[in-house]
Amino acid sequence: MIPLLGIPTQVLFGQLLLGLINGSFYALLSLGLAVIFGLLNVINFAHGAQYMLGAFAAWMLLNVLGIGYWPALVLAPVAVAITGIILEKLFLSRLYRLDPLYGLLLTFGVTLILEGLFRSLYGTSGQPYSPPAMLTGAVNLGFMVLPIYRGWVVLASVVICFATWFVIEKTPLGATLRAATENPTLVQAFGINVPRMITLTYAFGVGLAGLAGVLAAPVYQVSPLMGSNLIIVVFAVVVIGGMGSILGAIVTGFALGIFEGLTKVFYPPASNIVVFVIMALVLLVRPAGLFGRER
Amino acid sequence: MAAVERSEAESGLNGTKLAIALAVAIVALGAPYLLYPVFLMKLLCFALFACAFNLLIGYVGLLSFGHAAFFGGAAYVTAHAAKVWGWPPELAILAGTAAAAALGLVMGFLAIRRQGIYFAMITLALSQMVFFVALQAPFTGGEDGIQSVPQDRMFGLLDLSDTLTFYYVVLAIFGLGFFIIWRIVHSPFGQILKAIRENEPRAISLGYRVDAYKLTAFVMSAALTGLAGGTKALVFQLASLTDIQWQMSGEVILMTLLGGIGTLVGPLVGAGLVTTLENYLAESALPVTVVIGAIFVVVVLLFRRGIVGEVAHWLRRRG
Amino acid sequence: MAEPLLQIRGLQGFYGESHVLHGVDLDVFPGETVTLLGRNGAGKTSTLRAIMGILRRRQGVIRMNGADLLRTPPHRIARAGIGYVPEERGIFASLSVAENLTLPPKVAEGGMSLAEIHRLFPNLQERAGSQGTKLSGGEQQMLAIARVLRTGVRLLLLDEPTEGLAPVIVQRIGELLRTLKAQGMTILLVEQNFRFASTLADRHYLMEDGRVVAEIRREEMAGKMDLLHETLGV
Repeated sequence: MIPLLGIPTQVLFGQLLLGLINGSFYALLSLGLAVIFGLLNVINFAHGAQYMLGAFAAWMLLNVLGIGYWPALVLAPVAVAITGIILEKLFLSRLYRLDPLYGLLLTFGVTLILEGLFRSLYGTSGQPYSPPAMLTGAVNLGFMVLPIYRGWVVLASVVICFATWFVIEKTPLGATLRAATENPTLVQAFGINVPRMITLTYAFGVGLAGLAGVLAAPVYQVSPLMGSNLIIVVFAVVVIGGMGSILGAIVTGFALGIFEGLTKVFYPPASNIVVFVIMALVLLVRPAGLFGRER
Repeated sequence: MAAVERSEAESGLNGTKLAIALAVAIVALGAPYLLYPVFLMKLLCFALFACAFNLLIGYVGLLSFGHAAFFGGAAYVTAHAAKVWGWPPELAILAGTAAAAALGLVMGFLAIRRQGIYFAMITLALSQMVFFVALQAPFTGGEDGIQSVPQDRMFGLLDLSDTLTFYYVVLAIFGLGFFIIWRIVHSPFGQILKAIRENEPRAISLGYRVDAYKLTAFVMSAALTGLAGGTKALVFQLASLTDIQWQMSGEVILMTLLGGIGTLVGPLVGAGLVTTLENYLAESALPVTVVIGAIFVVVVLLFRRGIVGEVAHWLRRRG
Repeated sequence: MAEPLLQIRGLQGFYGESHVLHGVDLDVFPGETVTLLGRNGAGKTSTLRAIMGILRRRQGVIRMNGADLLRTPPHRIARAGIGYVPEERGIFASLSVAENLTLPPKVAEGGMSLAEIHRLFPNLQERAGSQGTKLSGGEQQMLAIARVLRTGVRLLLLDEPTEGLAPVIVQRIGELLRTLKAQGMTILLVEQNFRFASTLADRHYLMEDGRVVAEIRREEMAGKMDLLHETLGV
């Protein structure tokens, strides 16, 4: 294989794949954040913790109830979504008429509670979670060896992101959501139960985070801290993409993952911070974000 | 953040206020004979941190989620200056403060470009970047941090290795910082900041270069935070990653929120409570993070004015 | 005398601390077209908003078909059979024309079918795929009315439908409202365009300072011109 700029192709594509996987999670999580922010005007800091909850739910389903990966893909997000409904109805809904920063602070507090709780129960080291039998192993593509589960993660993410985008942009349900995002009072005056829509939208966004957690469990280890460092990068992704568009969030997520992967190949020490650096650059040139509309 | 009510404590000095201030001063001077001086010094450092943070959120209305970068960053610089370069304490602390101010200038410049929620997220992301740099940079000592920071003689006279002496020095530093904040708030500059917070479009239409004012306030807040962080590094003879992590940014927000955003003494109260609570919890089995998170949730839902804010509100309604 | 379809008694309304409605009394009988006349700030739009629950702080009585609207959650008020066409028209920019048209859910049987709507408003069908706000002012007004007609409402609340529109469009809207009236629709109309209102309405309520100060029947109009000139400042 011909090395590119002195990097062996295997390494290059291997890192690109890792970047694509990270990008998958960036896309899934920033999608959830954007959907929630669009309708609720709340930055769901707890998104990372809910992602962690999804991973732990899958882990617990397996180790306590013997329920495997495939059912967990449905059960875990539903469980996490239910916690989201409780959180929204009991706490978040009281803050809508206030400055959106209070929503950020509330969900920040929830993050501390969740992470603190799990940290005291499980420590900081990760629990392993094996991929399902059907997805283990790898396939040799010639220019690289592709672990099947990782290929699945990317595929699933793309499908989920596309499906979400499609529902929001192309269906009547999505039209109702878009209208309520724009003018909730008028939509309510037409006879649509907007408060319920808000709760369900939050639940959906949170469920999406939980689903990402299940996908992540076999890739990264299941640890109480897996969400918090990730969510801060996702914030940067969201600032870069701007929260005006669903498609923007998805594209930016994947693109930044790939960028990060490339940085890891050519200049590893910067890989941790390259997303933040890009954020700084975007802020200088296009403060509203690449796809953003000023809100 | 909207509608912050100023405590009556702000509207100038009168008899009661003077009496209270005097009482507090007496308590502060006598405290080290009753409570552990090191604990008190920690309290004072965090109180200064919270007051500096409050300058930004309470008086300019900007919620920064990245002040740990200034606190921890200054700690590292001060520790390095004292230990590796052998600088005397006053210069080491000054170095930390200056570093925080410089960092504040850069971060503020980038973050001011957006408002509200975005501003918070940007400061969070930028401070996380600083965290990663601190994690990997050679001079910070990575996971171990900078340890055994020396405590020399301040101004060649005051022996900081004597805990009691150091306590009074820290008290003086806190007093200086608090005084600076008090002067800023009551100055014409402070009035303009208030006008910006209450009606920014109007301030712009009046011709004020709003961004310049915000950035200046941001740098001041960062510098004073750095003062607190640098001092803390010398008190504990340690600069570590804990000081620069995002959780630390969250803690100072809680201290200020709990005490009362936009009140002059609120952050003091909040810092005192949170520091005492953490000290107490460290001995018990209860996970500290969970308790802090729970307090956050309760305060945001029910108690947004904070302790001092609620008291002031209650006094105002009675009067 | 028939029962009123919409009955309002002693309606007080507040925007925050601001007291905007000081005891509004009015009736709208089935099949009637009634207008609210008055200067800017008289409380006409606030009255409509109070009916729809958009103005949240209210006291008094609002009854539609016997149902107490003050005790109805805002998202159920339309279900009582009321269609709201707001002053700003409220066409959603993030929706296409077709999506705007089908957004409001059906609240009763008897609404216009899409085919009927397209017959009545052919250019809405032509521009079905366009972004809602790309339409002209007059087309947006038509869209705002059309989408509500689809849902089977019995009472139409219209807030200044002719504002800012060319005379030719104003005429079309007048014809549309006359057609609806002939089909039995009950209409409560807020209008500054006094002439337009007088060609349609059975009765007028004159509002000033958040209350109704006069009720004028169609046949009484000629005799009350002085009062109208004085109150409306026209």
